[in-house]
Amino acid sequence: MSLFENEDFKKTGKRGIKKPEIKVLWVFICFLAILAGGCTPNNPYRPSESGSNTFYTTFVEPPKHLDPARSYSSDEYDIIAQIYEPPFQYHYLIRPYTLVPLTAEEVPLPVYLDKAGRRLPEDVMPERVYRAVYGIKIKKGIKYQLHPAFARNAEGGLMYANLTGAGVKDIKTPQDFPVKGTRELRSDDYIYEIMRLADPLVESPVLSILEKYILGLKEYADALRADLEEVRKDRRAKAGPSYNQTTDEKENPIALDYRRHPLPGVEKVNDYAYRIVLKTKYPQFIYWLAMPFFSPVPEEAIVFYKQGALADKNITLDRFPVGTGPYMMENFNPNMEISLARNKDFHHEAYPIAGDKGDKETGLLNDADRALPFIGRIVFKLEKEAIPRWNKFLQGYFDNSGITSDSFDQAVAISSAGKPGLTDAMREKGISLITSVRPSTYYSGFNMLDDAVGGYTPEKQKLRQAISIALDYEEFIEIFNNGRGVSAMSPVPPGIFGHIEGEEGINRYVYSWDGLRKKPVRRSIEYARKLMAEAGYPGGRDREGRPLVITFDNPWTGADSTPMINWYIKKFKLLGIQLENRTTDYNRFQEKMLKGNFQFFSWGWNADYPDPENFFFLLTGTNSKFKFQGENVANYSNPEFDRLFKIMENMENSNARLKVIKEMIGMAQKDSPWLWGYHPVAFALYHRWIGNVKSNAMANNTMKYIKLGALERENLREEWNRPNLWPVAIVLAILVLGSLPAIIAVRRKRREGARR
Amino acid sequence: MLTYIIRRILYAVPIILGVNILTAVLFFYINTPDDMARKILGEKNVTPAAIENWKRDHGYSLPSFINTEEKGTAKITQTVFFQKSVPLLWFDFGRSDRNNIDIGNEIKHRMWPSLAISVPMFMIGVIVDLFVAMMLAYYRGTYLDLWGLFLGVILMSISTLFYIIGGQYFLGKVLKLFPVSGYDTGIYSAKFIILPVIIGIISTVGSGVRFYRTVFLEEINKDYIRTARAKGLSEGKVLFKHALKNAMIPVLTNVVVSIPFLFYGSLIMETFFAIPGLGNFTIEAIQAQDFAIVRSMVYLGSILYIAGLILTDISYTLVDPRVRFE
Repeated sequence: MSLFENEDFKKTGKRGIKKPEIKVLWVFICFLAILAGGCTPNNPYRPSESGSNTFYTTFVEPPKHLDPARSYSSDEYDIIAQIYEPPFQYHYLIRPYTLVPLTAEEVPLPVYLDKAGRRLPEDVMPERVYRAVYGIKIKKGIKYQLHPAFARNAEGGLMYANLTGAGVKDIKTPQDFPVKGTRELRSDDYIYEIMRLADPLVESPVLSILEKYILGLKEYADALRADLEEVRKDRRAKAGPSYNQTTDEKENPIALDYRRHPLPGVEKVNDYAYRIVLKTKYPQFIYWLAMPFFSPVPEEAIVFYKQGALADKNITLDRFPVGTGPYMMENFNPNMEISLARNKDFHHEAYPIAGDKGDKETGLLNDADRALPFIGRIVFKLEKEAIPRWNKFLQGYFDNSGITSDSFDQAVAISSAGKPGLTDAMREKGISLITSVRPSTYYSGFNMLDDAVGGYTPEKQKLRQAISIALDYEEFIEIFNNGRGVSAMSPVPPGIFGHIEGEEGINRYVYSWDGLRKKPVRRSIEYARKLMAEAGYPGGRDREGRPLVITFDNPWTGADSTPMINWYIKKFKLLGIQLENRTTDYNRFQEKMLKGNFQFFSWGWNADYPDPENFFFLLTGTNSKFKFQGENVANYSNPEFDRLFKIMENMENSNARLKVIKEMIGMAQKDSPWLWGYHPVAFALYHRWIGNVKSNAMANNTMKYIKLGALERENLREEWNRPNLWPVAIVLAILVLGSLPAIIAVRRKRREGARR
Repeated sequence: MLTYIIRRILYAVPIILGVNILTAVLFFYINTPDDMARKILGEKNVTPAAIENWKRDHGYSLPSFINTEEKGTAKITQTVFFQKSVPLLWFDFGRSDRNNIDIGNEIKHRMWPSLAISVPMFMIGVIVDLFVAMMLAYYRGTYLDLWGLFLGVILMSISTLFYIIGGQYFLGKVLKLFPVSGYDTGIYSAKFIILPVIIGIISTVGSGVRFYRTVFLEEINKDYIRTARAKGLSEGKVLFKHALKNAMIPVLTNVVVSIPFLFYGSLIMETFFAIPGLGNFTIEAIQAQDFAIVRSMVYLGSILYIAGLILTDISYTLVDPRVRFE
């Protein structure tokens, strides 16, 4: 009997085919009706967010730390700089970068004192300075954001200082606490934060630098460390051999008493003034006071967050900052979204009334003197992958975007004059492009302690100069960076005092000046080969005819790493040098640098503050990585350069300082410990509804100046995101029509079988 | 059955211990505590003193497995392995080395988005695979079967990454039917789940259908199926009642062992769709050299794997009365 030969199946077959088809059709019609209603089904935001004054942007990596004493990365600063307020900030519009007061009343000039306590002139030589005193006065009436750490009970005590696990069962963020409070900003909060920098449990990354300058900070940090070890020793002695430090400190966090030891480098004058005393003259210190490390942190917040019940729920200061800034943490989910809401208790701050040349014409002063901030909410969305990030920017769901190499051709067109501009598609959307040279330098360097490539003889200088010529960084920038970079002539990037433009600023060992086109021209490879011969390596071989082999250490990973390494090998080959690549993971790479076990390497540096000292110190002998674990990876050591550095670092920006800098640059260019590499250029895109955008590489608290047209954005999002349904209908039709013949054939076969 | 389960759990103890020792050995062999400290402390201003302090504060200054400076039991208890691994036994995962977050709390929060994607993807995927496989078995020998198989081979030959990028581009960007990526909580998560689920199902349907079709074809050629047909049962009943039930052993082997891993999520899917799940938790931890998270996730993974195997064994007895625990 045939398989299909019974009535039961025939009936089942009919039911099985028709009814589900009708249901599917019905669901499909409903779906069409919803989409036809003018909605945008690809909108990733909730309906309640429609038309809101919210800025949407992205972050690529979850932030590690939002504690201002620990945070030391630009991604994290994008968030905390909107919340915390150090005493000073960089002017949003004026260039070169200028410090202006934020919570302070004015930017103070340091007072230099000799051993007898007598005041010394500003331009005094550092050897004569015994103490440098910075007196900071803060504005009255500045209040913290509303936070449960400030909530007080009827007796005046802190309401949430003794929380238990059961008491915080339903609490997910500090905002969930029913009672919140605030209080006025005081000088104690700034002092408290400086003390926190010395707390071993805080692990501040800048302690090792600051303890060189702030009077008594090192001794204070050592005393706190000793206290910590004492507590641990006691706990272990009480618990016996089964003591588990990790578990114990998780359950009973250690809180060190900062007041047990003196810190002479920080003095309270009154509630609105404090002094920082340095052991030496250090004019760059004022820039540190614009960094989050010197933000105020209220002691109440530490008492609140130190509770184990909250730490178990990951409610810590490292995730939920408490500040006086224009925004406050609203939602912290580092794996999805971080949102900041406007701080309703924010003190008055107005948009700048003065700017740079051209700022007025471009509308950057249209909001002059208006109260900040303009935006009600900032939402940072985690988007690790470049493709969805870019697509959502084009759909209008993100207000700004960087440009990855994948999307570069879609976004940027290079004019015949070599200038970058927007493509027609971007211009049609009204997108604007903002470019700026970053205060960073990406360089390659030699180990100056190495027998083959290091040393200071004319031969060794010529060898390194020849390699500097062969490694054509203009080509490198074009190939690997889509032209987003400026070839470096010295360690100092454009925009920082000491960067010299034009003919005077070129590295004459690598470039010559084309007077006609008014630009530097890289010296020829023949010239480099001549230098090689003079260095004792004609054709890349030594006197015995052995080829010169140089090892190249780098921690590069990713898609571009192999072509980049091949490019380096190819360029060295032009001089007959064999470059042996030794890519390792980051830790091994660091270890090799520390032990001086390398010849040629690649590195980078981002400025902490806009002063040439922050770049030249990378080349000072006392900062050698191998000898002193400093940041001078090349281990360059030129006594004359070091002498000039000592002079330059203590000078104010002036012609005299520039003269010293020029001398230092000349010396370093001749010695060529680095191939100066390039300074990256950042390209950022903004939609037409975003206003008041000006690139500021030093300031991170710039969100308060930005404004947006929420209504315009809403309309354009709808216009750009109307769903297309016809391809779905076609695919469904193909599937149904394609299946029909088979279904018919089987049913026919079944009927034929039944008839037999 | 209870005796069997207890025995299996007891067998698991040395396996879990072995996995923990192996993880610690491998991690510290490749990555010393000094390396961890250097990586976690950042790129700037990392002094040798800072590294030593970090190790002391995070419990990595102790010897790895044996502390010769201690006496008695402290020789064992005052070691990194003991201090870090023993609390895992009662699921105390401790805090992350990188940013001091409570790992247990993090897992508790991040498993839900992973489950929100992986459970519907898995359940609908299995149903679709079984349904299409049975349909192809039903229409075997027709061009629908031929083209279905052909399509299956094509689908299984294409990389998941292609489906993700293609799906985001076509369904999210061109047709604008779904958000390209993202996630939200509560009912708002629904619209973010559909696209990854569709892509997840499409990317696995080829291999799933081919596997189950083979299983069904093997079953429907057996004597008891011929008997069922001889008795006059409809093909539907033959397939869904008799063939499906008897094909359950290979189906269950394939399905049940995967269930515990659903909460682990998918690395690629979650990264591309910005889903805040557990998919990339372990990878991020390895990249950041956060041993606390790595050992927690490996420990959890080994427990889940053993649980999956035990569940599979138990499920056999439910579908095949001949299987007994002995």
